[in-house]
Amino acid sequence: MTLIAAKDTPATDTRAPEKAERPQGYWHGVAKRVLRDKATMFCLLVLLLMFLAIVFAPLIAPYDPYVGSIARRLKPVGTPGYLLGTDELGRDMLTRLLYGGRLSWFIGIMPVAIAFVIGSSLGIIAGFAGGWLNMLIMRATDVFYAFPSVLLAVAVSGALGPGIFNAILALTLVFIPPLIRISESTTAGVRALDYVEAARATGAGPFTIIRVHVLPNVMGPIFVYATGLISVAMILGAGLSFLGLGTRPPEAEWGLMLNTLRTSLYNKPLLAMLPGICIFVTSICFNMVSDGLRGAMEVKN
Amino acid sequence: MTDPLPAPLAESPLQPLPDVGGPAQALLSVSGLTKTFAGRGKLFGGRAGAVQAVSAVSFDVRKGETLGIVGESGCGKSTASKLIMGLLEPTAGEIVFDGEALGRDAAGLRRYRRQVQMVFQDSFSSLNPRLTIEESIAFPPMVHGMARKAAIGIARDMLAAVGLQPAQYATRFPHELSGGQRQRVNIARALALRPRLVVLDEPVSALDKSVEAQVLNLLMDLKAEFGLTYIFISHDLNVVQYISDRVLVMYLGRVVELGAAEAIFAGAAHPYTSALLASRPSVAGRSREAPPLVGDPPSPVNPPSGCAFHPRCVFSEAVCATTRPALLPVAVPDRQAEHLAACLINQPGSGHSRAPKAA
Repeated sequence: MTLIAAKDTPATDTRAPEKAERPQGYWHGVAKRVLRDKATMFCLLVLLLMFLAIVFAPLIAPYDPYVGSIARRLKPVGTPGYLLGTDELGRDMLTRLLYGGRLSWFIGIMPVAIAFVIGSSLGIIAGFAGGWLNMLIMRATDVFYAFPSVLLAVAVSGALGPGIFNAILALTLVFIPPLIRISESTTAGVRALDYVEAARATGAGPFTIIRVHVLPNVMGPIFVYATGLISVAMILGAGLSFLGLGTRPPEAEWGLMLNTLRTSLYNKPLLAMLPGICIFVTSICFNMVSDGLRGAMEVKN
Repeated sequence: MTDPLPAPLAESPLQPLPDVGGPAQALLSVSGLTKTFAGRGKLFGGRAGAVQAVSAVSFDVRKGETLGIVGESGCGKSTASKLIMGLLEPTAGEIVFDGEALGRDAAGLRRYRRQVQMVFQDSFSSLNPRLTIEESIAFPPMVHGMARKAAIGIARDMLAAVGLQPAQYATRFPHELSGGQRQRVNIARALALRPRLVVLDEPVSALDKSVEAQVLNLLMDLKAEFGLTYIFISHDLNVVQYISDRVLVMYLGRVVELGAAEAIFAGAAHPYTSALLASRPSVAGRSREAPPLVGDPPSPVNPPSGCAFHPRCVFSEAVCATTRPALLPVAVPDRQAEHLAACLINQPGSGHSRAPKAA
């Protein structure tokens, strides 16, 4: 078979850049845009430092998180030896915050991670299959939407009883429906595009089409959405702990610490706010990173 | 490809499947093709208005020809193309490819899909933004069991065939290409399976005029090169006139006229076709024999009675609102070629005052 030569290479085809080396892929471009985004990079740096601090908490923390002394309770921020003061039982706040971060991050990330796997699978199946399967999955999802997310988390957590595991289970249940919904709509959008039709026209099976054409185009937006949920999970998790439904004393967790310190809000406001500030900073950073990623991933035509 | 293919690839996607029925056998024969979209089913019974997008459409595509399909937007052109591609299940009707009825069995459908490929209108949305150009073109051969390396080789050959330097373009992404280049890539992908029939759904409608001409010429060259048969769908009559051997005119899901391109462009038998021809922008101040079209096509949910075109037709009479004209040969002696039209004006004894007298 002879192939015809490019005899009429049009003028428009020559104005493309000359560089012959492999052009950068999509994710390379995304990384470049994120690196140029100062706010996102700053938040990533904050999160990274925080992550390292809580991972290496046993090495950094100056005291034992569970041993306190009534003699030195509620020392203010800046007390020599107790940089961030002590809590209502005289335990070192810095130590408690470092250890508390471990649980708070765990409660923030675990439910979202589990819900991401379950929700995106169901959503992609619903969006790609359409028809009665879509109907079944989406109507089941709507049932969960009938309850406000906080109420649902509290109800599930309350029914199952307090504890970290149950809190994570409750939060996972709360996050599956929005992830199904976003995955379904993203997938349905991609499915309607001509390249999926073209793939079907070649005789490719549904699994090949999902793997090659759907997943790479929907995972990005779903992942970004899930990142944004981490801050919500942290706040909800803290809220459950605050209500006594999540972690239980003497465990250190930011939401729980906020609860136990609230009685000191009027005489030691800064001290009482410290766990809240941690939650605030972390969730803001996760949100900013999520926004930054979303911006960087928008493909320009 | 100068090297003979290795044994496992003997039935590789690069070898076009052989002609079965001989030159006289139509490559594609569509009869009574109908697609009804049953409005959205409501939760508590009842159905919103059903839309018959394609109604009893029958035509043949001869081997080696280019059949142009024209009509306004919403006339069922695209639905017809998706039915032909097997992307939609027809409500009724039959598709016969080279003498073999298109069944629902997996093997037959797979064989069919190797032989019939499609080029879409929107060059951007028809390419996966996450795949490089060569990966997009290599995908169809890989679906048909070819190893990745061999498929990439085919992709590069195809890129060269459509006039894009493989070394320069193979590893680019769709958004790095211009519209014309992307449409070339789409054509390359459609040809990667070595199909016999290519359905071109408005392939040049979204392109600049200068690029459009280049792509049209490329399509004509490729047709000769690869021995292809085209179904060319467009709303642009000039393009259809330029590229088609025969032309099929659709209105509201039905075929209203079918015939050789010269015959139709020289003298349309259906008032709708005449009106379409008259609505072409004219530079030279062409005298208009028929008034151009006014108004929008009627809603296919609730099509007009009788001839669907009668509310917009200048020759409309009472009989047009009650009798639906069949697609019959036009009885004009100086035209030997097959020329069909669905208009009472051409049908003796139809009751229309302009109809020829019954013999």
